[in-house]
Amino acid sequence: MCLALPCRIVELRPDDRALVELDGVGKEISLALVDDAAVGDYVIVHVGYALSRLDPEEAAKTLALFAELGEAARQERDADPAGR
Amino acid sequence: MRFIDEFRDGELASGLAAAIRRVVRRDREYRFMEFCGGHTHTISRYGLSDLLPHQVRMIHGPGCPVCVLPIGRIDMAIRLVRDAGVMLCSYGDPMRVPASGGLSLLKAKAGPGRASGSDIRMIYSAADALLVARQNPQRQVVLLAIGFETTTPPTALVIKQAQALGLGNFSVLCCHVLTPPAIASILDSPEVRQGGSVGIDGLVGPAHVSTIIGTQPYEFVAEQYRKPVVVAGFEPLDVMQAILMLIEQVNAGRALVENQFSRAVTREGNRKAQNLMAEVFELRRSFAWRGLGDLPFSALRIRREFAEFDAERRFAIRYEAVADHPACECGAILRGVKRPSQCRLFASVCTPENPVGSCMVSSEGACAAHYSFGRFADLERVS
Amino acid sequence: MSRTHKAYVRPLDLRQGRIDMTHGSGGRATAQLIEELFVRRLGNAYLGQGNDAAVLPMPPGRLVMSTDAHVVSPLFFPGGDIGCLAVHGTINDLAVVGATPLYLAASFVLEEGFPLSDLARIVESMAAAASAAGVPVVTGDTKVVEKGSGDGVYITTTGVGVVTEGDEWSGDRARPADRIIVSGSIGEHGMAIMAQRENLGFAAAIASDTAALHGLIAAMRASGAAIRVLRDPTRGGVATTLNEIACQSGVGMMLQESALPVRPEVAAACEFLGLDPLYVANEGKVVAIVAPEDAERLLAAMRAHPLGRQAAVIGSVHQDAHSFVQMTTAFGGRRIVDWLTGEQLPRIC
Ligand code: SF4
Repeated sequence: MCLALPCRIVELRPDDRALVELDGVGKEISLALVDDAAVGDYVIVHVGYALSRLDPEEAAKTLALFAELGEAARQERDADPAGR
Repeated sequence: MRFIDEFRDGELASGLAAAIRRVVRRDREYRFMEFCGGHTHTISRYGLSDLLPHQVRMIHGPGCPVCVLPIGRIDMAIRLVRDAGVMLCSYGDPMRVPASGGLSLLKAKAGPGRASGSDIRMIYSAADALLVARQNPQRQVVLLAIGFETTTPPTALVIKQAQALGLGNFSVLCCHVLTPPAIASILDSPEVRQGGSVGIDGLVGPAHVSTIIGTQPYEFVAEQYRKPVVVAGFEPLDVMQAILMLIEQVNAGRALVENQFSRAVTREGNRKAQNLMAEVFELRRSFAWRGLGDLPFSALRIRREFAEFDAERRFAIRYEAVADHPACECGAILRGVKRPSQCRLFASVCTPENPVGSCMVSSEGACAAHYSFGRFADLERVS
Repeated sequence: MSRTHKAYVRPLDLRQGRIDMTHGSGGRATAQLIEELFVRRLGNAYLGQGNDAAVLPMPPGRLVMSTDAHVVSPLFFPGGDIGCLAVHGTINDLAVVGATPLYLAASFVLEEGFPLSDLARIVESMAAAASAAGVPVVTGDTKVVEKGSGDGVYITTTGVGVVTEGDEWSGDRARPADRIIVSGSIGEHGMAIMAQRENLGFAAAIASDTAALHGLIAAMRASGAAIRVLRDPTRGGVATTLNEIACQSGVGMMLQESALPVRPEVAAACEFLGLDPLYVANEGKVVAIVAPEDAERLLAAMRAHPLGRQAAVIGSVHQDAHSFVQMTTAFGGRRIVDWLTGEQLPRIC
């Protein structure tokens, strides 16, 4: 795997660098691989470099879909309590 | 942790598990390979197998850069330290990988010879290696660069920075490998091609690699091999949804590339990073993968324009292949033909403390993951 | 120890001075270092005797002894330093077998060139920790090694305590149905140290949890709960400690991931480095195995003590010939919580 985490940009620094934060842990990283990242954006960080920007709307869509799928399965089970 | 914790929610998981049970057909088995060690880790770390119906079998792929690094490459790094007297910078992961002669980077660091504590440094970022070079102008500093497409762009960046700074004492031992050729090699192997009992029905595609390369490079899998691919994030809900999407494709007889990790991955990927990689690296004709053997055009080397930063050229050092233990079944395990417990060395001779083959080397290797997270399941079956 | 003649010797320069080989030669410089730097700070009647060994009164009971070598880099870290760590570590080793710690001995290996000001800080911190714990350092020794052969300071502390016959705890007494309790949030010492390491470049408000646990443990005993096993989960973390107990007692364990107390900063720092807080060192926590019917009583006693406020039941013991420690993940699956393999190194993949 490649260990990478979504972190929030809290400060832009010179030389394409930025301070990111994850639950109270701050770290300086490089933004050299992404364009137009701004304070408040979430970026996926790997070995001290942002690989891509995280799209909060897509994340929300994915989460909504999880819930929907689970709900559908639950309803079906309730409609057919004997199960299959 | 925002964008992490939500994707680890136990309640949503039981909903997804129900959704998976709902679509699974009772009359067949589903064999999916998660290419990436990250997914393997998630599956074992969260105990996902307990949530999946028994018809779904996950096959752990070769997607762990440490596992596929051949012994001969670690030997090269140790030779650079011992014979050429360089200061080697390595990520933490390869430090424990066994090399020839009972050595490893950790042991070479501790052992006799020229290497002392300061000659092998553990770093967290490629940029740290550049810093070490600048702080030690009297020493030759080499970065042991491992990893897939994810870790490659940072290496490209530091090489360009070293050039811009005119650093004469910095070079890179490039061991970067590429994901799509490894996938092709697995799908090309005769056992998998035949299909039937050892076929693979679909692939969970890499998460972070795909942030760089996008989903497009997997399209050949769908087109040429007729296997569905779902690129998925590394959190457990991501993996479960990907499995659900694969089952649905299989049931419908479709073979498409789908993107579950749309919050971070696009079809095109990160163009800036891709261009950087193309500028600094070129394809190697062939590269040895531990467990898979020599794969054509499956790895990168540094372009001639940056030759002075290529440790292989600077120190005129050559790769020498070292054979793996003959009883090691890693090759078969990586192709899903065998399970770790079917290797006769598993958990007896070969353990995480004393790994014999590549699958036991990193905690994400198929054998190591099974050893440390799942072997009670075997015991339950026999007892 | 008052062999140095004040009139002829310049006092130690605690601001600019450094350790040199003469401080370990056994001559006047050694005596001066001991007197001005160590005895003055750690001072107590026994140490003041200035003999080669301390002669001590001994209460009734069985003698308990433990020793621990302390090496830590960096020497100073948020929440403590090698000095208080060396005091707490040995006191805790005595306390978890049920002993009342009485005395400590300390020996220092100093590297040539080590600043006297740092040494003074370390000794002061030791003195403060020892006096807060009520366990004096009664004898000691120092040696100096050449520059490059040490990491500044190594401190070995040896402790002596007593326990009433039959009151000691040992690791082989866990039984099926027992509950597993941890005294507070885990992984803080290890992550505090990690965050300080030069190249990891973290900014996190994580302090080491280093503390002497005998007070908490005395309160636990006073609760009357049937404690089977007590351990301090230092190196290798809670996971390693539980595996040791499971093996010694020949039982299995099942933990509940959602019940594990982990501070968010520690969890986040662990994510960054690819580490698991269950395997990260603690220096001020205790793991208790207790009879099921007494778990609530023990928990209440622990929570009433300042070092046990966050105490929580994290799992239970069951029969298992393989002595596996397993965990129900917050996600609803199961996994093995295995012995630690090698050292925990930060990962990128
Ligand atoms: S158990 Fe060890 S020897 Fe056997 S296949 Fe796995 S890594 Fe190879």
